[in-house]
Amino acid sequence: MIKNLLSAGDLDRTDAIRILDTAEELLGVASRPIKKLPTLRGRTVVNLFFEDSTRTRISFEAAAKRLSADVINFSAKGSSVSKGESLKDTALTLQAMGADAVIIRHHSSGAPHRLAQARWTKGAVINAGDGTHEHPTQALLDAFTMRRHLVGSTGSDLAGKKITIVGDVLHSRVARSNALLLHTLGAHVTLVAPPTLLPVGVDHWPVETSYDLDASLEDADAVMMLRVQAERMNASYFPSAREYSRRYGLDTARLNRLPDHAIVMHPGPMNRGMEITADVADHVRSVIVEQVTNGVAVRMAVLYLLLGGAAGETEASEEGLS
Amino acid sequence: MSASDDAERAGTAHHQAPDDGRTVLDQHDISRALTRITHEILERNRDSAGLVLLGIPTRGVHLARRIAQRMSEVEQRTITAGALDITMYRDDLRLKPARALEHTEIPDDIDGKVVVLIDDVLFSGRTIRAALDALTELGRPKAVQLAVLIDRGHRELPIRADFVGKNLPTSLVEKVKVRLTESDEIDSVSITGPASTGGAGA
Repeated sequence: MIKNLLSAGDLDRTDAIRILDTAEELLGVASRPIKKLPTLRGRTVVNLFFEDSTRTRISFEAAAKRLSADVINFSAKGSSVSKGESLKDTALTLQAMGADAVIIRHHSSGAPHRLAQARWTKGAVINAGDGTHEHPTQALLDAFTMRRHLVGSTGSDLAGKKITIVGDVLHSRVARSNALLLHTLGAHVTLVAPPTLLPVGVDHWPVETSYDLDASLEDADAVMMLRVQAERMNASYFPSAREYSRRYGLDTARLNRLPDHAIVMHPGPMNRGMEITADVADHVRSVIVEQVTNGVAVRMAVLYLLLGGAAGETEASEEGLS
Repeated sequence: MSASDDAERAGTAHHQAPDDGRTVLDQHDISRALTRITHEILERNRDSAGLVLLGIPTRGVHLARRIAQRMSEVEQRTITAGALDITMYRDDLRLKPARALEHTEIPDDIDGKVVVLIDDVLFSGRTIRAALDALTELGRPKAVQLAVLIDRGHRELPIRADFVGKNLPTSLVEKVKVRLTESDEIDSVSITGPASTGGAGA
């Protein structure tokens, strides 16, 4: 198993399936009367959030707490960072406090890589979203949700499944991480977006691209709608919200054209009425709320696999499993 | 289970040496031992409706299923055995790389029931300690009993089994290998000395 989780591309098929299988077992913890395991007792996990994200932060916090780790939440707002402290000094402070894992969300792409490779912290570094780059645990929870609905058995991948990801691919770390992970797991990914919202170099990604949502619906096993990031729409990426919604929004008519088994996903938070209509968001085929539940189990699995064993060892003794 | 306990069992699956040690129980012995344990459990508890059988992965689960099958025949109703993975409760997690989780499956609510834990080898007692911790987070059983196929001694914790297939006095350098057809194609229990293990380290 890898030491840090920085990119969905760092995971090979074996590691990815191992995380998904572990999450499958850990999902049951949420339904127990005591939702806690003693596994990470005495370990310290720091949520280092330079960018607001309540959803991701509480998901990681719940995951760490269910494994009995001590959790320190660090928000850049109101901290020394707002007084000018650098990432390096923040990391060194956390290291001095004995952080075993640092979960970092940063507005700059590459910040988690810098933190891991400069060795400012000895703990595991988990990327919880960096700029427009990656969000690997989101991709894992999406793959986990797809596997539960489309395949159903542990130990398997998503070979041959057709996944359509729709919307603002340009600014979406979710799309990038999903493209990499789903490719590793054998799925076919189609990115659908207006030409202005596809990043330069997307032709090097292991995906197909399309500007036409309607053409990509008939054979999709899962459709993932991306949030239109109003805070990043400072340039003219599309003529109007109304036109975007008509061409790239998922409404009931489009939902009905999907195969019967297909599921609808969204990483949240949703703009109801923009990329997805309220009816579709609340439809029985929407697994959006389930994605949140699965997120905690997947993050528990990641924390367990990165922190649960001896530090600094490679996977040497599979025979230890009995 | 302790680290050494693990390695010794695992050796079974991964080191298929044709003749590695002295066989102490064959297929018939194991079958007789399980039948006896089944009757002992029923005799002690009388009411099988209040019993929950939980095997500890991997081989404990196979044994639990076999005992449940025998119990079903005696009681004339279907009794299913569950599985209780203790990985997350082990006390040696920090000593080894993170290991994969096994499947936990609890067939019935355990509150107020008599839970019978079933494992293949009882050695240090650490596996059972972990299992007791895991149980307390699943509910509050009326009582917990322990059935093992082999008790090889060398306890490191104050734990003993209620039902034992065979007491097998061993030295610490020896290894007990339990093989079951479900995972190893053959039913047997054998003891290997340090010279014949081929380095399947403890």
